[in-house]
Amino acid sequence: MYCLLKFASLFLAVSVCHGWLFGDFVGKQKDLDEISLWPQPQKFQSSAVAFKLSPVRFQIVHAKESSAGPNCSLLENAFRRYFEYMFGDMKKHEKSRKKVFDSDLVELKVWVTSADPECDGYPSLQTDESYELSVDGPSAVLKAANVWGALRGLETFSQLVYEDDYGVNNINKTVISDFPRFAHRGILLDSSRHFLPLKVILANLEAMAMNKFNVFHWHIVDDQSFPYMSRTFPELSQKGAFHPFTHVYTPSDVKMVIEFARMRGIRVIPEFDTPGHTQSWGNGITNLLTPCFSGSKPSGTFGPVNPILNSSYEFMAQFFKEISAVFPDAYIHLGGDEVDFNCWKSNPDVGKFMEQQGFGTDYSKLESFYIQRLLDIVAATNKGYMVWQEVFDNGVKLKDDTVVEVWIGNKMEEELQNVTGAGFTTILSAPWYLDYISYGQDWQKYYKVEPLNFPAESRHTDPCVERTAAVPR
Amino acid sequence: MAHTGTYSRCLQVWFSLVVVSVPLEQVEGVWPLPQQIHQSADRYSLSPQLFSFTYGKDSAAQAGCSVLDAAFKRYFSIIFPDFTKGAENGLHYLWPEPKPFVVSVSVKSRGCDGYPDEDSDESYNLSVSNGQAVLRSVTVWGSLRGLESFSQLVYQDDYGSYFLNKTEIVDFPRFAFRGLLLDTSRHYLPLHAILKNLDAMAYSKFNVFHWHIVDDPSFPYQSRTFPDLSNKGAFHPFTHIYTQSDVMRVIEHARMRGIRVVPEFDSPGHTQSWGKGQPDLLTPCYKGDVPSGSFGPVDPTVDTTYKFMERLLKEVKYVFPDSYVHLGGDEVSFACWQSNPNVRKFMEKMGFGKDFTKLESFYMESIMNMTAALNKTSIVWQDVFDYHERPRSKYVVEVWKQGCYLCEMRRVTKAGLKVILAAPFYLDLPIPTHSWARYYIVRPLAFRGTDEQKKLVIGGEVAMWGEYVDATNLTPRLWPRACAAAERLWSDEEKTLNADLAFPRLEEFRCQLLKRGIQAEPLFVGHCKHEYNGL
Repeated sequence: MYCLLKFASLFLAVSVCHGWLFGDFVGKQKDLDEISLWPQPQKFQSSAVAFKLSPVRFQIVHAKESSAGPNCSLLENAFRRYFEYMFGDMKKHEKSRKKVFDSDLVELKVWVTSADPECDGYPSLQTDESYELSVDGPSAVLKAANVWGALRGLETFSQLVYEDDYGVNNINKTVISDFPRFAHRGILLDSSRHFLPLKVILANLEAMAMNKFNVFHWHIVDDQSFPYMSRTFPELSQKGAFHPFTHVYTPSDVKMVIEFARMRGIRVIPEFDTPGHTQSWGNGITNLLTPCFSGSKPSGTFGPVNPILNSSYEFMAQFFKEISAVFPDAYIHLGGDEVDFNCWKSNPDVGKFMEQQGFGTDYSKLESFYIQRLLDIVAATNKGYMVWQEVFDNGVKLKDDTVVEVWIGNKMEEELQNVTGAGFTTILSAPWYLDYISYGQDWQKYYKVEPLNFPAESRHTDPCVERTAAVPR
Repeated sequence: MAHTGTYSRCLQVWFSLVVVSVPLEQVEGVWPLPQQIHQSADRYSLSPQLFSFTYGKDSAAQAGCSVLDAAFKRYFSIIFPDFTKGAENGLHYLWPEPKPFVVSVSVKSRGCDGYPDEDSDESYNLSVSNGQAVLRSVTVWGSLRGLESFSQLVYQDDYGSYFLNKTEIVDFPRFAFRGLLLDTSRHYLPLHAILKNLDAMAYSKFNVFHWHIVDDPSFPYQSRTFPDLSNKGAFHPFTHIYTQSDVMRVIEHARMRGIRVVPEFDSPGHTQSWGKGQPDLLTPCYKGDVPSGSFGPVDPTVDTTYKFMERLLKEVKYVFPDSYVHLGGDEVSFACWQSNPNVRKFMEKMGFGKDFTKLESFYMESIMNMTAALNKTSIVWQDVFDYHERPRSKYVVEVWKQGCYLCEMRRVTKAGLKVILAAPFYLDLPIPTHSWARYYIVRPLAFRGTDEQKKLVIGGEVAMWGEYVDATNLTPRLWPRACAAAERLWSDEEKTLNADLAFPRLEEFRCQLLKRGIQAEPLFVGHCKHEYNGL
């Protein structure tokens, strides 16, 4: 079992969450436009001493001691991006070129401490995102183990900068020590129920980075449409997308999303949900879905993936081989939710198969049979997998490093208890279904959720809980 | 996660049936549904280069008619969006051979430079045949409605060629007052957001923009008589105001679309921001014998209040040409009045006892008299009527309270007053499933009353209050759900009670709105040929 929050840090995290936060100064000098950090760092101390920042003089640089340098494109990119966030339009500042203040903050030095900064790598569930930020004249210092922590620190630094009444950028003397409480902080987008143009996905990744979200759970295909352009099976999007040219994600679109996300320390976990939620798959791959029957004749409609045919598994093997190559993250989400048994029940061949296998009339056994084989197929591609909670609930045999996503609101705490009790890493999304709209300041109810509010047997089998906000489902 | 469950199954099956039954020669729908529309499968091709609008020989309005000249230009770009983008492709015209197409518009009465009002005749007849369309109406406003319908008849095939089918339309609105309220006090709305919304209103044939321009949180209206109102009361005296010229721009943009602009200066409640620029206007609240420092509704006991209101209303009369003015009068909290000894003295003097509703009525009547003297008709929220059931003067009541709004409508019409229905159209309150059907199945006249009474229902209004709305989310929250109300207020109720039948037509209309640059949110799962690109 992978427990990324070591006991000590978990204890720290829990205690911090119980109000051991220091930074009393924060309350005193908090002005309307001044220091508002989001999310709130673990440890934060600020004083009233202010430094001015000149867009002409100020620079973000690699510290001499840093293991990352100018060839680290991820950081170079980030330096430019954060510079723009802080100073906006450079043309505005041309007039102030001549103004130089003694109290200037001259530079932010970024110091990556590990031998391998991971500049050209991808973030993972085990990534250390901690950082330390010290803002004091004339140089501020941002220290992090790797580039991912540095990105988090840069975001925080940019939020410390504020404009005074003269339009001059200021930043106060600050010391911050920060790390995330949970390692998986994700957002799910659904690009099947409606096609989301690339720009929108990228804009959302930007907003995620500003909030230190680090996982983009891409629920890319579903019943209604199949916009993912597969090179192994081009018919999937040709016949399954809302439109084969205007409503698809080409391989280069997908690459763009992955790289754009990587540049912001965001993992991209694709979800190819089966055996349910697959209507659109059947358009391109005949024989994939189970034909439903009306009495003794096929009714013309189709149900979940057909689990009794070898061809289904051959298809999945080839398909997931491609997926594992296209998406670099260590995990793939395999879905497994809301499988409707009615179609299977109506099909006589499925019925025969059930008999042969000795499943009786328990179709959840058939579902598990399918999932089991699918998990084995995906495991063979060397990927870890994430599944919706039904897969766990139905007693499927899962690999040790499986991540189970809890989405059903009813009996959520009990589910968390069961999943972690069985030793699995879990992700909580049930209380964060932002697609359910309500009136008023509903952000408050999302804010108040406490993921660890369930009885855990003992500290020893520490639950490793992450959170995913599903937006929209 | 298909949490929509069985509902989605039902709708999917139903929808697929509807789609299958539509003939291959796609016949476009018009939203809102015209009173009478007949279309045939005969279709004619259109070429943007050979297409023109003209005035009929017998038309009282001719070239030089500002409203229609502008409309011709505007609708040309709407009908041929690709043409104006400069993407011309000769390949379009292989078959069929394009022919000239003339839309001839004939208006019976002159009057291009005026404003629409509560009596304007918005009826029109539209006849589309080979090579020509004839649009006839009584007023220019009717022609605007007809042009809108015409623009919805044109469609493109997969190659981008333009077509429309042989059509006969006889149309007029069921209700004369089809309004939409925007709140620019809870959040400032930049001018272009308001103008864009007026465009969207015109596409659905809405004809009244109820501008709830000021309220408690801010006073963005820059008054020439009382500049301090916005100087001190706006969120920011320069960046968050509507100058006189901004207001004129809104009024003219609306006029060009046949939309009336009815301003609301809500008092005596909802006036916190007024007190910033006009000290002594609001009632000082008391804590025991001393003023507490906070203020309540407008002070109805002092002369200065009425002098101020008179001057303000005089300005409003000149700035806003519509014959209606909304005076508000809702949600007045009596606690502050009660706490103030001068107010209590006044109550005694007037013989109101402890009944503060009488004090509010006294205030409202004075204001309504002022408005009447300025030759304007007052609209007030139902609270005013509820406190004062035997009105001495005529005013229009807007029913907004949730609950049995039909009961209220019965009472108001029984008292002989005109009524506007807003209660079931509060679009700022999202329903759990984002359902538009809820607005569609409203039946405004389903209360017990005589025909005379029912005639007093002049229409309805969509309300988009601004507590949680600004330019970031205004358009998607309003559209296309407001379209449901648009059809309810324009079309024949018998023909439009079935939301399931209307769904495909509304879905298509929503895609049209996207094409026209209105960021309308989705109704349900699906897609449009041209999606909103984001940003």
